Amino acid sequence: MKFIIAIIKPFKLDTVRDALSGIGIAGMTVTEVKGFGRQKGQTEIYRGAEYTTNMLPKVKLEIAASDEIAAQVVETIQQTANTGAIGDGKIFVLDLASATRIRTGESGETAL
Amino acid sequence: MKRIFLNTAALITGVAVLAAPALAAPVADVAAAAPAVFTPTAEMVNKGDVAWMMVSTALVLMMSVPALALFYGGLVRAKNMLSVLMQVLTIVCVAALVWFGWGYSMAFTSTGSPFPAIVGGLDKAFLAGVNPGTFAATFSNGVYLPELVFVMFQMTFACITPALIVGAFAERVKFTSLIIFVVAWMTLAYFPIAHMVWYWAGPDFLPTAPTDMGLLWGWGALDFAGGTVVHINAGIAGLVGCLIIGPRIGYKKEPMPPHNLVMTMIGASLLWIGWFGFNAGSALESNAFAALAFINTFVATAAAGAAWAMIEQITHKKPSLLGAASGVVAGLVAITPAAGFAHPGTAIILGAVASIICYFFVTTVKNKLGYDDSLDVFGIHAVGGIVGAIATGIVADPALGGQGWIDYTAPVATAGEFDMVGQVITQCWAVGVTVAWTGAVSAVLFLILKYTLGLRPDAEAETNGLDISEHGERAYN
Repeated sequence: MKFIIAIIKPFKLDTVRDALSGIGIAGMTVTEVKGFGRQKGQTEIYRGAEYTTNMLPKVKLEIAASDEIAAQVVETIQQTANTGAIGDGKIFVLDLASATRIRTGESGETAL
Repeated sequence: MKRIFLNTAALITGVAVLAAPALAAPVADVAAAAPAVFTPTAEMVNKGDVAWMMVSTALVLMMSVPALALFYGGLVRAKNMLSVLMQVLTIVCVAALVWFGWGYSMAFTSTGSPFPAIVGGLDKAFLAGVNPGTFAATFSNGVYLPELVFVMFQMTFACITPALIVGAFAERVKFTSLIIFVVAWMTLAYFPIAHMVWYWAGPDFLPTAPTDMGLLWGWGALDFAGGTVVHINAGIAGLVGCLIIGPRIGYKKEPMPPHNLVMTMIGASLLWIGWFGFNAGSALESNAFAALAFINTFVATAAAGAAWAMIEQITHKKPSLLGAASGVVAGLVAITPAAGFAHPGTAIILGAVASIICYFFVTTVKNKLGYDDSLDVFGIHAVGGIVGAIATGIVADPALGGQGWIDYTAPVATAGEFDMVGQVITQCWAVGVTVAWTGAVSAVLFLILKYTLGLRPDAEAETNGLDISEHGERAYN
């Protein structure tokens, strides 16, 4: 099993989610996060006081997937979250040691 | 509030005219003079005026709570939201009680005072002698309001003025010291200035008592709805306060963006609505002059809001909501002294010009000088107030479609001759007296508090936010 963490632009969330549902991903965790990378920050001006924010809002997806589907998940996110501009985000894949469904106690891929 | 005034020349003439027959009159004629004493009666009260003034009173209260509180509250950081709301709400409560206690008497009587041109006495303290059978003058001969209506209408002005001040040192003031300051400042600054600018005997009494008026009123200063009394007064007190209290911890080193501009927008919009009561209500009657003040309050504000957004569009390509809302307030402030005098066309120019000047003060002067006027009370209220007060001397000119001034020393009020240069000089004097008086009183009071009770919470309390440290609660949970 793989644990996939994707940092994407917030406005791409729905597109990515729909595409992942289409390839059989039944659940994910979504968090609003802030961070920085190569994309430059935004400038906010309040009555002449300028603030440059170098932390930009992003959305973090966490998805547990079986080994067979993991590569396809990464590819789907890469294609659907892509705008071609810097700041599109990153995808990380980790090995997942175990998964357990709390309600039934099932573990392994059947718990996904 | 005053549409009309008496200039110095008229005053002197009035005294001379009055003195001549008095000197010539034989002693036996004293009794014959008695029937000349004018007594207002219930028949001189118009129900339309009463209804309008009571609605206006409620509108002006709405300007303080919730409008000003929300306008300011949205501009501070989330950790100080409740402190600002609490300061405004408490100041309104305290100011209303102080007005009942001694404010009305100090502002709107002239008896029992050693300096009747500067401040009134305590003859009507705790509203002694004020009852449904007493009346207050308007600007028309033989038209009166129930005195209680006038007391309430003016009470709302006394409530909002000290509340305006807190924006200058928001996020870093000790609550109890602030409230003590407000009571002392109202007594020593607001009531005397209100008296000097607004007190006069009334159109039916002035011909027989041509010196019974406040100092600046007597000079002929025009201030329709409170440019000097409310906005310059509060703006200067705020500037003095923010200089003595000092900047917020982290000012200019860490970002301090407004935490909720939606509330600021709601507040600014409610201020605009409430301001119709403030300005049009200051006509004291439900008549054409109220309508003139109303439309000027509408269009000058519109011009000012649009002007601020346009400058931002030009300077950094992004017109901001905060900018437009700030422009709206700057326009409201600037038109206040001129509301009942200007033609709507000149009102529009006044609003736009004031907006541009306030923009310059808020964005450039403040940054250059480095004072931390947190919510721009000086940059908008004092600067906009001063621009409006001086410009009133221009836009009131009948040659520009203005209303001029009315000579009340005549038994039936008549239009006076307008001298624009002279009027502008008079306006500058009124501004100067207000700035000097409130500046001195505010400095003394703030310094006394600074070295006795202390004016600001300790660094940890300020860093944690005043909501938790001063009030033990949080705005958002």
